[in-house]
Amino acid sequence: MTKMIKTYGDRHGDGKVQVSFTLPVDKSEEAKEAARQMALSMNLEDPMVVSMESMGKGYSMFVVYARLKTEIDFDTIKAIKVEVNALSMYDCDALIKNKIKKKLTIVGACTGYDAHTVGIDAILNMKGYNGEYGLERYGQLNVHNLGAQVLNKDLIERSIKLKADAILISKVVTQQDIHIRDLTDFIRLFEETKWPHGRPILLVGGPRVNHALAVELGYDAGFGPGTTPNVVATYIIKKYFDNHGIKE
Amino acid sequence: MKKQLNLSKSKIQDCRKMAKKISAPVFNLIAEKSSWSIERATLRLYGVDDALKQSGLDYPLCNAVVDELRKSKMEMYGVTPFWMYARSKHTSLSANDLARVICEKPSDYFHYQVIENYPKLAKLAEKETREAINHLLKVRDDRYKLKRKLQDPAQVKNRPMLYLIVATGNIYDDVEQAKSAARSGGDVIAVIRSTAQSLLDYVPHGATTEGFGGTYATQKNFQIMRQALDEVSLELGRYIRLVNYSSGLCMSEIAAMAAQERLDFLLNDAMYGILFRDINMQRTLVDQHFSRLVITLSDIYINTGEDNYLTTADAYENGHQVLASQFINECFAENAHMNKDRMGLGHAFEMNPKIPNVFHWELARALMTREIFPEHPLKYMPSTKYKSTDIFYSHLMDAVFNLIGRMTGQGIQLLGMATEAIHTPYMMDRYMSVVNATYMFNGIGDIMEEMQLKKNGKIDKYAQKVLDDTHKLLKSMEKNGLYKSIEKGELAHVKRTIDGGKGYEGVFLKDKKYVNLFASILTKELPQIKKKLKSKEKVR
Repeated sequence: MTKMIKTYGDRHGDGKVQVSFTLPVDKSEEAKEAARQMALSMNLEDPMVVSMESMGKGYSMFVVYARLKTEIDFDTIKAIKVEVNALSMYDCDALIKNKIKKKLTIVGACTGYDAHTVGIDAILNMKGYNGEYGLERYGQLNVHNLGAQVLNKDLIERSIKLKADAILISKVVTQQDIHIRDLTDFIRLFEETKWPHGRPILLVGGPRVNHALAVELGYDAGFGPGTTPNVVATYIIKKYFDNHGIKE
Repeated sequence: MKKQLNLSKSKIQDCRKMAKKISAPVFNLIAEKSSWSIERATLRLYGVDDALKQSGLDYPLCNAVVDELRKSKMEMYGVTPFWMYARSKHTSLSANDLARVICEKPSDYFHYQVIENYPKLAKLAEKETREAINHLLKVRDDRYKLKRKLQDPAQVKNRPMLYLIVATGNIYDDVEQAKSAARSGGDVIAVIRSTAQSLLDYVPHGATTEGFGGTYATQKNFQIMRQALDEVSLELGRYIRLVNYSSGLCMSEIAAMAAQERLDFLLNDAMYGILFRDINMQRTLVDQHFSRLVITLSDIYINTGEDNYLTTADAYENGHQVLASQFINECFAENAHMNKDRMGLGHAFEMNPKIPNVFHWELARALMTREIFPEHPLKYMPSTKYKSTDIFYSHLMDAVFNLIGRMTGQGIQLLGMATEAIHTPYMMDRYMSVVNATYMFNGIGDIMEEMQLKKNGKIDKYAQKVLDDTHKLLKSMEKNGLYKSIEKGELAHVKRTIDGGKGYEGVFLKDKKYVNLFASILTKELPQIKKKLKSKEKVR
């Protein structure tokens, strides 16, 4: 079975895409032609530069519509993803109580230079995110939110002290991929650490994070934008089951 | 702007009275204590701005001198008497060379005899301090001169100023971005600081090209950016303002640098550092006062950080915390002789977009803030917490933010970015944002003058409720006092203790013989200095 697909505008197979970008030149016919050639080099056909806006001296913004030649067999596509059938807070609590028979300890932090706690707060704070209560509200979870700008080594020390069952790292603001360097550095420390209470489950979240990246770096799972707290809780419970041979 | 809401005047007056009572004990603290940051700011005001090379790194001379002051166990007298003693010994040295000389042989300068003989140095100290103050006044007047030559966006009646952010990490790239932002229509350029700079107990030195989520605030970077903006101002015939952050452990130092390098706005909040950066309460409260004396002298606008309450706690439920903080910030600023029309009190459009009728509540809160603070150049912040990675949706959110900002007559509109949830802004993100604001502001005009909100309707009632809740919160804070209230987490649900947090070690008790002439002269003379001020500039 093959299922060939192309990008879609208003008819199957039209391959339509929109692209916008900036060129560091003044608005001019030459600039427009340069934009068209940029589009051609992207494997695009019949590019139409529909908009060229001057952003002051030396810079112009372009919007291009074109047809992308690429065709992909969708049936051959495999994605690395977190498989979670998210449970409700009540079901999560019940599972922990009945199957694990002890409260799980969660330690969360926004690490490195990052001062933005929006992500970790959305998952951990009582109030939660998008209608789902945060992990602090779960009766069967002990949650420690260490806040922002936590150093990697401090996070490890605190996690040992608190006997963490899971560590949550949030990365929000980043520049020149500093978040990846930070996450790599953490993994190195994490692997060097002797965990007297067992190796915690290790999760990372943030707008620039996805599961594939997280796994590649050595984390158990990665969660992108829009993730609700119950998804994270369900994942932790299932992973804990796996790690401890508990059957549902 | 005509009144739209039925807010109780006596309640508002009551709130102001309570805010005064709540902030009163802090003035004893300010009288009793100083900080390392204030002493370093003092050195900067006397002209020290260089650094020592220490194992390949630049260590600021201000820090080196204050380190020696501490080591000699004489910090309770302040750095001034010792500085003046050194000055009397080396009359022709530049401030930087004088600092170097002191660091080479500190024991020659930091000893008790200096304090005993200080009366003999008092005249010299007064002369040096007045020269430094006059220098700042000259810098301030340079700004007026430039503004008179150009069109000032603050005087364009029909819209808020457009405030844009640059944050490349590299000051030279920032310059490119800032110029483009100004040419696209931006009026105010803020250079976002590298994250965590607020926790450094020194100001990095020189021009910097590496940063995380922003660019280091350094004196050289201030200079480079102000010069670039002067150039683009002249090119456009429009005065472009520059913003940075007088906050964190170097709050007062950055105020001094900004005054010297002719910055226009400073993010400066009496409580932000305590609540959101876990900086020690006493350190922040003492530093904010000194910084605001310098800021008032230089006729810089402050922008306060109340928008942060709305991202940390729920914006729909916590409007009263913002309003309470605004009343308290106003009080602290007034105590530093700052005029209301220089207090850019902050607030934000941050409610969950899924709340039914959410624009009613956003409009109510923004309008309420405007009516309670009619003379203040209010700074309105866009949505960040609920911004989507769907940039088209986010762009739409910003349009509504612009709609409400203009309808409620905000003074400074910090333009939202469609890519807020993805990365620090690209040039085209900023451009799109300016187009959005220009379109909205032009179309909305003074539309509220043409209509009257329903008396005791939904909008009116919500605003009244926020004021009522503020009244209750201030009452409770008045009972507990500011320190206890913060310890109990009454603001932003964050709990901080009086001697906890970062930078506490840098707060010290002043001796009876403590000297800081900037603090004493400015405290006494700012009201007269301000009277002589010819600028009639007003942002709403």
